[in-house]
Amino acid sequence: MNGIGLALRGLHHGERALAQDLLRVSERHTGDHEIHHVARDLSAWSQRHVRELAEIGGRYGARLGTAHPLETGLGAKLRGKGGELVGHRGPPGMPLLHDLRHVHVQAAGVSLDWEMIAQAARGNRDTALLRLVERCHPDTLRQMRWANAHLKQLSAQVLHG
Amino acid sequence: MARIDRIAEPWGTRTPYGPGEDWPVRVDTFLEEGITPRDVDRWVPTASILHSNGDGMDIAVKDGRMVGVRGAAGDRINRGRLDPKDLYAWQAGASPDRLTRPLVRRNGTLVETDWDTAMDAVVRRSRELLDEQGSGAFGFYTSGQLFLEEYYTLTTIARAGIGTSHLDGNTRLCTATAAAALKESFGCDGQPGTYADIDHADVIALFGHNVAATQTVLWMRMLDRLAGPDPPRVICVDPRSTPVARMAAVHLAPRPGTNVALMNGLLHEIISAGRIDRDYVDAHAVGYEELERRVREYPPGRVAEICDVPEELIRRAAGLLGGAERLVSTVLQGFYQSHQATAAAVQVNNLHLIRGMLGSPGCGVLQMNGQPTAQNTRECGADGDLPGFRNWANDDHVADLARIWNVEPERIPHHAPPTHAMQIFRFAEQGSVRLLWISGTNPAVSMPDLARIRSVLAQERLFLVVQDIFPTETTELADVVLPAAAWGEKTGTFTNTDRTVHLSEKAVEPPGEARPDLEIFLDYAGRMGFTGRDGTPLVGWTGPESAFRAWQECSRGRPCDYTGLSYERLRAAGGVQWPCDRDHPDGTERLYSGGRFWAAPEYCESFGRDLVTGAPVEEVEYRSLNPSGKAVIRSAGYLPPHEAPDELRPFHLITGRTVHHFHTRTKTARAPQLRDAAPEVWVEMSAADAEAHDMREGDLAEVSSPRGVVHATVRVTGIRSGVLFLPFHYGYWDLPEGAARTRAANELTITDWDPASKQPLFKTGVATLRLLERGGGPSSADRAGEAGPARSRTAMAHEEPR
Ligand code: SF4
Repeated sequence: MNGIGLALRGLHHGERALAQDLLRVSERHTGDHEIHHVARDLSAWSQRHVRELAEIGGRYGARLGTAHPLETGLGAKLRGKGGELVGHRGPPGMPLLHDLRHVHVQAAGVSLDWEMIAQAARGNRDTALLRLVERCHPDTLRQMRWANAHLKQLSAQVLHG
Repeated sequence: MARIDRIAEPWGTRTPYGPGEDWPVRVDTFLEEGITPRDVDRWVPTASILHSNGDGMDIAVKDGRMVGVRGAAGDRINRGRLDPKDLYAWQAGASPDRLTRPLVRRNGTLVETDWDTAMDAVVRRSRELLDEQGSGAFGFYTSGQLFLEEYYTLTTIARAGIGTSHLDGNTRLCTATAAAALKESFGCDGQPGTYADIDHADVIALFGHNVAATQTVLWMRMLDRLAGPDPPRVICVDPRSTPVARMAAVHLAPRPGTNVALMNGLLHEIISAGRIDRDYVDAHAVGYEELERRVREYPPGRVAEICDVPEELIRRAAGLLGGAERLVSTVLQGFYQSHQATAAAVQVNNLHLIRGMLGSPGCGVLQMNGQPTAQNTRECGADGDLPGFRNWANDDHVADLARIWNVEPERIPHHAPPTHAMQIFRFAEQGSVRLLWISGTNPAVSMPDLARIRSVLAQERLFLVVQDIFPTETTELADVVLPAAAWGEKTGTFTNTDRTVHLSEKAVEPPGEARPDLEIFLDYAGRMGFTGRDGTPLVGWTGPESAFRAWQECSRGRPCDYTGLSYERLRAAGGVQWPCDRDHPDGTERLYSGGRFWAAPEYCESFGRDLVTGAPVEEVEYRSLNPSGKAVIRSAGYLPPHEAPDELRPFHLITGRTVHHFHTRTKTARAPQLRDAAPEVWVEMSAADAEAHDMREGDLAEVSSPRGVVHATVRVTGIRSGVLFLPFHYGYWDLPEGAARTRAANELTITDWDPASKQPLFKTGVATLRLLERGGGPSSADRAGEAGPARSRTAMAHEEPR
């Protein structure tokens, strides 16, 4: 596997983790309805990226599986009105801030991976790969901005409330 | 003068007219039995408050009582006509069960008290919370029923007095998407078009807008064009077979939740046929290339599948839209309360942008309001924006507002967008909003997922203040109830969908100790002792007219400039459209003529939001996208709705309004003609579905969703198969005590909202159905939208064509 193949594998791994994180965030915060619904929509973006990466990966010697489905049911703990984690101390809403922060960081890593792939594709004049980046990378940026926007919106209330 | 039953015939008699002609006058009058026009002491000018059309009207007063109403012949909106709700619902004001004294909760029950005691309780709790927690503990949830002066005062108190960003109107449920869509496309709220565009149009497209029920007078205007020479052609998008659908040249009845796909399909066809104004687009808009790329993915064949609409109909509709010379489009709840609300509504703006049809006679977009004074919550910043369409993300705008309010800019929260209603309730649910002040609305019936809302409002730790004119399902849960004066009992202005400002004057005294909402807010401000920078009172006005003048200053130089208006001017001229200032002394009929927009980064009200994620667009991004302030074409792909029918719950559930009722019927059910026209909740289904479930017209059905159940009488109608419709006006206040809570449509609706506009989705959920009881055949009530309407002897009104 060459360098591009390795980078693709890293990205594939990151996208899959992001898809899983977003799904988990959706499941953990059913009482925060916009988070619950939109995180699920945004997870679908990463799931699509994972599939598209798997399709192109072979050309660089990277065998990227799509076989493992994402796990569901992991986040149900936080269900319920207050959204309080059992035994968790601190204001309600704290776990959500924490999860959003995590999504942002995860998506930022994925975004950097896309940057690297884009550079490599340009260097290689690989238009198919470049088009893949152009299709997917903007989604990653939107995922980041989504997490960021909710953090901004909620922090003052949660941390001060 | 003709006598006519306007329950049975909500739109009255036709006065046909042709393109470009003036809409003929027809004056509608309804007076209490035994009263003739000669008996009336005085006619007091106002405008309608039971729908957003803004019809000018007069209240008849005799011996200090309201005794009737009459449409204002000279008014540009209605030329004398009135909606059935306006004809009859004024009678509610004199109901014996008005709230006439303040109430406070003592040992679990609400007891009467005096104003001092009630206001002291609110002020005491406010001070405690300010000390303990600060401004984030306060939430304000207001109405689409108050007046401009009242919203502006409330905004000033909440944003600069308390300093909280938790202030919104129930217009969030209703019209938030109209505002969001206008801001996305034009950088600024405010309707581009005018109702007079109906007089000129050759094609009228109604997107999710059952105008026949929601703005009957606007529909009369359309019907009169349709009855005249050279009539316009109508396109209707609605899963129900409404009166609009029956008059339409093309009726598209898409599967609920698929509006974006449909709009993209229509745009696809129009663009592939080359029916766009390329010069206009190049000169006046950004973002076209991306739209072109995006809609390429939506050929009619694919769209037909997603929406379950015949491909041929999509082509025909696109043909009409693409061939129109003067196109008027209107949009309402069928889009706004459905999945991907803002993205869908924005595509209607795009249609007009790519066809260059804005700002000239007959070329208008009307992103409609549902609530009558929704426009004012938006202008005054009593919803998710700062007053005067100022941009919370623009520090200069915040500084300018701080100058007007004479406070430090830091006093005005602007670290994040103002909190929307659903989030305010969430904060209350979690316990960080601890005082919620609700004015002029009834969330215990109007919000989605009522079991949840009731539990939020009933919490011990939440101090709930409710200000209203009648006891409601919400006042029941309050800690303090403040009795307010109603329309006709107080003075103020309000503005309709097409930016027409009316003055509404006090006609009679409020009952008992009820007070105008403005007075209540002023009283609170006084008791709280809010001051500006130099120690002078923050709220420096004392009544409606001085509040109006304060607002004028706040609006100066902004799109909604009111500085050319005054009470005197409005008294003399009737309705005037903003902006009305030195440069536009007679008001402004159409915005954006010649492709001049208010979208410059320094001036715009909003940088927009991502249509899918809802994340606000940052200033730098906006600047690079749109440096010179053109219109913005924003595209969006279709996403499947968050809840879809399955075996367990095979139906789509949509809810909506009806011709005879408004909001939660607090007023309309207290008018005998309106109450009797539609006394009970019903469920509409198609003949095929009725047969499949062995149900007949008149049977009692149980409709249920993951949230709850509703019992409703079956009506078999022309609705799309697989879809159920419930009217959402019905609550519990007029049921005997202890009756089951199985009547409000919102027992069933999902808590989900459009990420961009934050408007809840009342038309994207699922349900199932079972027979409870065999019934007695077709009901006669409220079939105005269908066949065989009810007759009402007491509903005889007068119509006088002139
Ligand atoms: S009842 Fe009608 S007017 Fe009131 S908020 Fe709902 S849609 Fe708007």
